[in-house]
Amino acid sequence: MFRSLLFIPGNNPSMLQNADVFSADAIIFDLEDAISINEKTNARNLVKNYLTTSSVLPKQVVLRVNAYGGNWFEKDIELLKTGKVDYLLIPKMDKLTMEGIDRFLNHYETTNHLPETKLIALIETSRGVLELPDFAQNKRLVALFLGAEDLTSDLEIKRSESGDEIFYARSKIIYTSAANHLVAIDTPYTNINSSEGLLKDCTYAMSIGMKAKACIHPNQLEIVNKVFSPSEDEIKWALAIIEIHETKPNVGAFQFQGKMIDKPIIDRAKKIVEKAKKFKLL
Amino acid sequence: MINGVGRFIPDNLDPFVSSDNFLTKERKLISKKNKQSKTVFLNNLTEVFDILNITSGMTFSFHHHLRNGDQVIQMVTNEIGRRNLQNIHLAPSSIFPNYTNLVDLIRNGNVTDIHTNYLNGPAAKLISEGYLRGKLVMNTHGGRARAIESGDLLIDVAFIACPVVDKNGNGHGSFGKSACGTLGYAVSDLEYAKKVVLVTDTVVEELKDYQLDGQYVDYVLVIDSIGERSGIVSGTTEITKDPIGLKIAKECANLLNFLGLIKNDFSMQTGAGKTSLAVVSFVEDIMKKNKIVGSFASGGITKSYVDMLENGLFKKLYDVQCFDLEAVASFAKNENHIAMSASEYGNPFEKNPICNKLDFVVLGATEIDLDFNVNVTTDSLGYLIGGSGGHADIAYGADVTIIISPLIKSRIPIIKEKVMTVTTPGSDVDILITERGIAINPLRKDLKEKLKGSSFPIFEIGELLELTHKITGVPKDIKSDEKVIGYIEYRDGTYLDCLRKVNYEY
Repeated sequence: MFRSLLFIPGNNPSMLQNADVFSADAIIFDLEDAISINEKTNARNLVKNYLTTSSVLPKQVVLRVNAYGGNWFEKDIELLKTGKVDYLLIPKMDKLTMEGIDRFLNHYETTNHLPETKLIALIETSRGVLELPDFAQNKRLVALFLGAEDLTSDLEIKRSESGDEIFYARSKIIYTSAANHLVAIDTPYTNINSSEGLLKDCTYAMSIGMKAKACIHPNQLEIVNKVFSPSEDEIKWALAIIEIHETKPNVGAFQFQGKMIDKPIIDRAKKIVEKAKKFKLL
Repeated sequence: MINGVGRFIPDNLDPFVSSDNFLTKERKLISKKNKQSKTVFLNNLTEVFDILNITSGMTFSFHHHLRNGDQVIQMVTNEIGRRNLQNIHLAPSSIFPNYTNLVDLIRNGNVTDIHTNYLNGPAAKLISEGYLRGKLVMNTHGGRARAIESGDLLIDVAFIACPVVDKNGNGHGSFGKSACGTLGYAVSDLEYAKKVVLVTDTVVEELKDYQLDGQYVDYVLVIDSIGERSGIVSGTTEITKDPIGLKIAKECANLLNFLGLIKNDFSMQTGAGKTSLAVVSFVEDIMKKNKIVGSFASGGITKSYVDMLENGLFKKLYDVQCFDLEAVASFAKNENHIAMSASEYGNPFEKNPICNKLDFVVLGATEIDLDFNVNVTTDSLGYLIGGSGGHADIAYGADVTIIISPLIKSRIPIIKEKVMTVTTPGSDVDILITERGIAINPLRKDLKEKLKGSSFPIFEIGELLELTHKITGVPKDIKSDEKVIGYIEYRDGTYLDCLRKVNYEY
C-alpha cells in the first residue's frame, strides 16, 4: 500500500544517504531515465552498496531498472540478490514485456533461489495503455503506475496543467487496478516549485480514483501524503460505521447520520481504517 | 585546572564555573570617556596616525556592521603594515573572509594578538595553523561589551566606520551611501576607548537623531568610501530548498507550537542561515493561522523579520546589526525597528538585556556533544570557522534554546562524545532537532514531560549518536596539537576552553 513514492537518482550519494528520512511510503531508486549512459554502472554500484551496507533503509524499496531486453537490464536485476528490493519498477510495460520478464524472472529466481519478485508496471506507451487488460492479472504485479511524460511523447502531444490529455490513460489505469486489486499510482507533477499546482493535480487524481502519486522532489511528499491519506473526518466516520456494524453484525443495513449504510459502505469504511492504520493516522 | 565544562584551563586564567556564576559578581565599570576637546575633522589616515601618535603594542578596535563590504579595517591595518608597527592587538567585533591583508600582518608579527567574536576566512586559517605570535581570545557579543566596559579589554583607538556623521561628530548608520543600519557593536568602543575616530564617507550639517554621540568622538576621518553596501548581506536571504533543511525547520516550528511557545506576545531570535529562515517562515505560517502577534524578534535582523513587523506579526524588532539591505531600509523608516547596543543585547551585567527576555532561540551548531555543549567556533579538525557571536549570550538568556542541524554534515556526524571546542555550555542548550530525531537535554525535565506521549521522534542524544555511527561508522578521533593558540572566553570573562593549533598529522 502506498500513498507516495519518491524517485531518487541512483547516482546521487547524498540523496541515497537520506533516503530513509523522507516521508515517502516507498523510495524508487532510479537506474533508468535519471541516469546518463556513462553513469549507469556507477549508479548501479552505488545503489547496490547502499542497499547492502546502510543500516537505515526506507520503508519500501523500489528499483527502477532499465528496459527489458536492453543492455543494462540483466545487470540491474542482479540487485535482487541484495534481498533488499521490495519491488521492481518496469519501464514501458506492455503485454510482450510482461510475458518476457515473467519468463526471465521465473528462471532467474529458480537459479538464484530467490523469492517471487513483485513488480510495478510503468505504463508509459500507448500500447501499454491499450494492452492493460492483457497483462494486469499477472500475479507478480502490485501496482500500475502512469508515466505521462513518455506517454504524451509517444502520442506526440503536450502535457497540460489540466491533464485532459491523459484522462483516458488515468481512467484505464484506475479501472484496471480496481478490477485486479492493484494500486493505481499517478504520474508525477513536474513543476516542483508549484505547491498549488501539485495540490490541485493530486486532489483531482485522487477524486477520480488514483490511490498514490509518484514524486520527483522530497518537498512534494507532504502534499501528496496528505491528499492520498484518509482525512480525520473520514477516519472518524469509518470508525463509527465499523463500531455500529460490529455491535449488530447480523443487520444487513442500518442508518447512520440519516443515511443508509450497507455492505459496500461498510467495506469502504474498513478500507479507510486499514489505510489509516497502515499510515499511522490512528 | 579543569573548569565547569570539563575543559583544561591554565592556572593563571579564571576558569568558567557555570553560566549563571556571574550573578555572584559585581559589575565592573571603568569611567566612560570624558572628552573636553572639540571633534576634529581630518581627511588623511596618515595624519590620524601621526596626531594620535600611534605606536607598536597598541590596541585598536573595529565593528563589523559592513561585514564583507567593510573597507575601514583593511585601510587601517594596511597603514599598520606600511609603518611596520609591531605587536599590535586587534579587537574587531568580527573578522570576515575579505579582510585578507591580515594574513601578511599576522605572518610578519605586526598583529600578534586578537580579541574577536567571530573569525572566518584566510586569517582564521592562518591563526588555526599557529601563526599568531600572541593569543586569540574569542568572546561573545555581550561578553565583548562587558570586557570593554570593565577595562578587561582596553582600547587605545576605536576606528568606527560610520555611514553618516554630522559637523558635531554625531553619527548614524542608516543614511549615506554606505548605510548599514544599526551600529550596535560599536557603542561600547565609542564610550570606553581612549580615543575614538569615526571614519565616514558622508558628512552632513546636523543629525537630529543619532546612534553615536559626538561627545565621545575625538576625530572624524572623511574618506571616499568606507565600504561596499552589497557586502553587508549575510550568508543568505533565501529560505532553504534543501529537503532535509526544510524537514528540520518544519519539525522545529511544529515543536515550538506543541510546546505552546508560539503564543501572543512571545519573543524569538534565530540565526540568518537558510534553514533558520525556513523556521521563521513556518513560525510565521503558524502565527497567521492562529492569529498570533508576537512581542518582538531580535538579533541580526533579516527581511523575513522586517516583513513580519510590517505585517503586524511582531510589535517590535530589536536589532544589533542589519543582515540585509531590507533591514537597513526598515531601520531607517520604522520606529518599531529599534537599535540595541551589544551591551543591551547580551551583556550579562546589563540590568535587563534583551537576550534574557527571549522565549526561544533557534541556533545552529558545528558540533554538539553528549552534554549538549555546542561548538560553533572550529570544525572537527580544529580549524577556526566562526565563533560565538551572540550564540552563548542568547542560549543563556532564552527560556528555550534549540539547536537545529542535520545529523550528518558532509559525511561527518554532528554529535560527538566531546566537542572539539566548547563555545556554548550545554547547560544552556535545551533541544537538538535533526532530520532523524530530537534530543532533549536531561536537565530540562519540564520539556521532557511535556513531550512525553507526543508523536515527535524523541531520543536520548546518545541514541542519536549511535544511530549516526551506524550510518557513518565511528569517525577517527582527532587530537589537536598541544600548542595553545587562544581561548574561548565566556560572556562573564571566565575561560571556557583553549583553542589549539591544528594537528597536521590528521
